[in-house]
Amino acid sequence: MVKKTKDEILIKTFRIRKSTVFLVLTIINVMAFSLLMLHARSVQARAGQLLASSISIAKELQLTDLCLFTEARYTRHPAMGDVHAAFQDHPLALEHFPSGSLVPAPRPFMRRHE
Amino acid sequence: MNKAIERHKNILEFSLSSLLRRKTKNASLLAIYTLIVFAIASLLFFLSALKRESILILKDAPDMVVQRMVAGRQDLVPLVYAKEIASLRGVRKVTPRLWGYYYDAPSGGNLTVMTAAMPAGFIKIGSGVSRLRRATVADVIVLQSYDNEVPLMLEIKEVLPYESELAAADLVIMSDLDFRKLFKFPQGHATDLALTVANSRELSTLAEKIVDRYPDARPILKSEMLRTYDSIFDWRGGMMLVMMIAAVLSFIIFAWDRATGLSAEERKEIGILKSIGWETSDVLLLKFWEGAVISLSAFFFGVIAAYVHVYFFSAPLFQPVLKGWSVLYPQFKLVPAVDAYQLGVLFFLTVAPYTFATIIPCWRAATIDPDAAMRS
Amino acid sequence: MNMISLTNITKSFHVGKASHFVAVNDVSLDIAPAKVTILKGPSGSGKTTLMTLIGCMARPTSGRIVLSGMRAAWMTSEDPSGVEITSLPERFLNDIRRRTFGFVFQQFNLLKGISVLENVMLPAYPTGEDHHVFAARAGELLEQFSIARHAKSPVEWLSGGELQRVAIARALINDPAVIIADEPTAHLDTALSREFMTIVGTLKQAGRTILIASHDPIVYDSPLADRVVEMRDGVITSSGPKL
Repeated sequence: MVKKTKDEILIKTFRIRKSTVFLVLTIINVMAFSLLMLHARSVQARAGQLLASSISIAKELQLTDLCLFTEARYTRHPAMGDVHAAFQDHPLALEHFPSGSLVPAPRPFMRRHE
Repeated sequence: MNKAIERHKNILEFSLSSLLRRKTKNASLLAIYTLIVFAIASLLFFLSALKRESILILKDAPDMVVQRMVAGRQDLVPLVYAKEIASLRGVRKVTPRLWGYYYDAPSGGNLTVMTAAMPAGFIKIGSGVSRLRRATVADVIVLQSYDNEVPLMLEIKEVLPYESELAAADLVIMSDLDFRKLFKFPQGHATDLALTVANSRELSTLAEKIVDRYPDARPILKSEMLRTYDSIFDWRGGMMLVMMIAAVLSFIIFAWDRATGLSAEERKEIGILKSIGWETSDVLLLKFWEGAVISLSAFFFGVIAAYVHVYFFSAPLFQPVLKGWSVLYPQFKLVPAVDAYQLGVLFFLTVAPYTFATIIPCWRAATIDPDAAMRS
Repeated sequence: MNMISLTNITKSFHVGKASHFVAVNDVSLDIAPAKVTILKGPSGSGKTTLMTLIGCMARPTSGRIVLSGMRAAWMTSEDPSGVEITSLPERFLNDIRRRTFGFVFQQFNLLKGISVLENVMLPAYPTGEDHHVFAARAGELLEQFSIARHAKSPVEWLSGGELQRVAIARALINDPAVIIADEPTAHLDTALSREFMTIVGTLKQAGRTILIASHDPIVYDSPLADRVVEMRDGVITSSGPKL
């Protein structure tokens, strides 16, 4: 019966290799990612239910815009704005609302009525 | 087959040892990389979710909205227009809409006031308004009317559900009567006209007819309304584009750094590896793994964190940007909208350049003759 | 019988250019198995180049090198006439080099920042061998050379003598038949140089073929040296068994 030397034990504990750790970590990552995708699927299935109140109110009131930016009129109802909307206050009214930089100017669909 | 796997594992092992030699540098690189992936992925998730929801919520928007312009500014529409337009062929229904903005001085918030069939003196408010004014059902809200008379006292009949915040957070819905009282709104006028048409393909011809009849009218088609939201939520436009460019540039910088940075020490090491029996392909595999370890990990950490950030916590990090100066900001939980294409593009952008950036410069170093180590 | 035989080997560099020079000039030599052969000569004599040719690290410009008794992965049975390595494609040459030769370099050429154990195991990594197997072999080698306690230390922490033993252990990881050492005692003091020769004795006893290039008397005058080949300007000037 050979007595295990300290050095032999040292070599044996080396068994948990870094590459194994990395691969396990990556597998965990992939699993977490897949779980989130499943979560997405399941919530998407209930989307109709979750958005039901918004959809019914929008229909009832015939809404044209989402309530995202309540800073200025042309950012609250961007679908209703025209190219002059941002300048309603003054021709030289430079962009002073932060959300104005997020909402692009509307692009004319038909030349005639813009 | 087993041999090939073992070879990969062994070389991966060494690449990890090699990366661990410079723990701080590689750890911070991983952190920054993850952060950038997180930022872009969050943005992508956020925008695509909003886009999908906007399509769903606004699918029942009016086919056409007719405004009236005076000297380039939106003005009130005379109800006479409504009658005329209603008589046009193809128009099924014309609904004059009364709506406007009310600035609530005490709270500093902008409210959108709309009308519906309601008993006078009662209002329905969005849950954002309820939050803003700390008011709930049966409370009375006081609004300053444009009349300078006694202010309007309105009792809250209903608070719209929390889930509807994205559409209705700032809404105050009242009766026509109260609306006209509040804004001293002239009789015989409306804010704009909402049209329902029989055939949606005739919308543009109809719009032309309307402008012909009333040159000061400005019709807005439903497709234009939806297109506005397309462009707001498009990650290829506006601020989002700036962010994307910044991120892409960072990835290019990372990849560039790796591609050009084969130091003399690295080259010497490659020479040593070749002299102890490593082939060129082994060395290239090593460099590949060095890059892949960082970029793969960064991609997964970043995307998972972004998903949690956007869909579990409703993107709190974007809130300051979106909120701007507004006092009323809608709180909403987004329905996940994850696109395989988007993720694929993101993966390609983040993982591929960095992983393969070293292959080319390494090629020259890796093809060193093994006897070079003997000579040095 | 294992043997390395070189016939009319010439190695020239920068052929056709102004800097053209001949490192090894028409050398013919037979390396005997399980013996210690010393290549002796001043720097520039071509002994390093000759060793790289023997060790399958480079190809000669002309001439033939035949290895007999060397097993290679793609050979199902030993070819009795030996393998001519000069005409082999790169892949096979690499494979033979990995399995047959172990190198000890003058500067040791160990990788900094990596542990001793990993340095020793490195040559085995790309072979696709199960790491349990070569890790065990590495452990044994470290024990054999009494450096097992340093297994996990980075190589920078070791002394010169210990580094030398790590370099030798690394050369032995793939159980090669031939050990090639280039000026192994150049950076060592007398005591360590003698220690090196002791290790050489052990390897010789185990049946390995040893080829050492050195101009250190402790090496070429050692009783272990079976043959000393003297070189000068790429040519063998004298070669014969040690007297």
